[in-house]
Amino acid sequence: MSIVCIIPGPLKAFADGKSDVVLNVPVHTVGEALNILWERYPGLKDRVITEQGKVREHINIFAGDENIKYTGGFNTPLKSEIEIYIIPAVSGGIN
Amino acid sequence: MQTSGQISPRTGNVLLMIGTMKGVFLLSSNSTRSRWKVSGPHFTGQVVYALAYDGRAGKQRIWASPQSWFYGTVLAHSDDFGSNWSVPETANVKFPEDTGLSLKQIWQIEPGRDDEPDVLYCGVEPASLFKSTDAGETWSLVRGLHDHPHRPRWEPGGGGLCLHTILLHPTDRNKMYVAISTGGVYKTDDGGSTWRAVNKGVSAEFLPDKYPEFGQCVHKVAMHTSQPDRLFLQNHGGLFRSFNGGESWESMANGVPSDFGFPIVSHPHEPDTFYIVPLDYEMRCVPEAKLQVYRTQDAGKTWKPLTRGLPQKRAYETILRDSMTADQLDPAGIYFGTRSGKIYGSANNGNSWKLILDDLPPVTCVKAAVVGGEIQTKKSTSKKKTGTKRATKKPARATRKGK
Repeated sequence: MSIVCIIPGPLKAFADGKSDVVLNVPVHTVGEALNILWERYPGLKDRVITEQGKVREHINIFAGDENIKYTGGFNTPLKSEIEIYIIPAVSGGIN
Repeated sequence: MQTSGQISPRTGNVLLMIGTMKGVFLLSSNSTRSRWKVSGPHFTGQVVYALAYDGRAGKQRIWASPQSWFYGTVLAHSDDFGSNWSVPETANVKFPEDTGLSLKQIWQIEPGRDDEPDVLYCGVEPASLFKSTDAGETWSLVRGLHDHPHRPRWEPGGGGLCLHTILLHPTDRNKMYVAISTGGVYKTDDGGSTWRAVNKGVSAEFLPDKYPEFGQCVHKVAMHTSQPDRLFLQNHGGLFRSFNGGESWESMANGVPSDFGFPIVSHPHEPDTFYIVPLDYEMRCVPEAKLQVYRTQDAGKTWKPLTRGLPQKRAYETILRDSMTADQLDPAGIYFGTRSGKIYGSANNGNSWKLILDDLPPVTCVKAAVVGGEIQTKKSTSKKKTGTKRATKKPARATRKGK
């Protein structure tokens, strides 16, 4: 099973400079995959989710092409080969 | 965007720290304060509402609270005037899980008293106080305030539900004040274990009860450390003073064109002298588009405009609550930044002003410090050993201006 987590540019510094991280471990959900990512790179966790465990307001997480907001959140099931994208949302216009 | 410039202030130089909607700018000057070196932006694209200089125990540390629109906020620090920043890998200020709250913004960073050099406080949104006792390595929620029964009824103002003011009694470790918008002023007499609202006489024009126990939209409170039981408050409508440690307040809106505004700043050496920038209540810009700082030199009995060097037409300027400050020199430097990205400074107690910097992003925060050691004054022929001082804190007694 190969899950690839795509890291946004500003956060690469907290993932040893990597823009993608391959997780070669069995996981069943997005939440399980991200927990492994957080363990490997703790600096990513606080920047992607709040201290209450919710995805930050202006970040989207996709499993493949699907925003996990609409597919079960962290419980979104994963296929054997898939990319998880952490992407800053389209935000701005007031600053 | 690349960070440009580098500052290396020497002992006795003034450090000016500017937070904006798009990053931090650091300026330094010698004691004449006529020419400034500029470095920045640091934390490009991030909002910075809080900055502080910690010169205690030999440190030369700048604290900043960069907030990414996407990735949250942390407290970062630099020990070399911005050449390098220490950004924690994991968030160093965060709410415990049981609170159900998430940190939105850090609004204030306040180093502790001089004799407790590892203590720092920060005020945050949603309104809460955090404390560090290990020089900022770890932070804890001050539960005594967080658990206050008033907290569920505090309401966010336009800037959010923020704890924006932290005032420490300079000698009594048990006593301190915080101010919350909107919540009002709260005081502890037991080192933060318990807190009580101290807003008697402070108005809340936006509530049916115009003088409630709490719920006032306090914009900023100032104290002169030589007289710590006297507090001076810029309200969301109203200027107030207390001569009894906040137990009661009275209006001091005498002769100002508007009693609305955000900052209020203490003169470093004159305990009766404070500065404000009145704003038109509706437009939230300076009245009649004339940029005027108002100064009282008699503890709020009278206020007089300071206009020399400031634009007196078409100046549609807004100055936010932490965008005004003072340095520790004599005569004192007074500085403020505008939402249109201008930095004005006075090197003579506010008597005259110069535009220091223009075309910055909207200014959210201005703080000043004198880098430690010997401070030279214009009026003093001798050099005075003062130690490193933070802005708007201790008076530099040895260089106090005579009357």
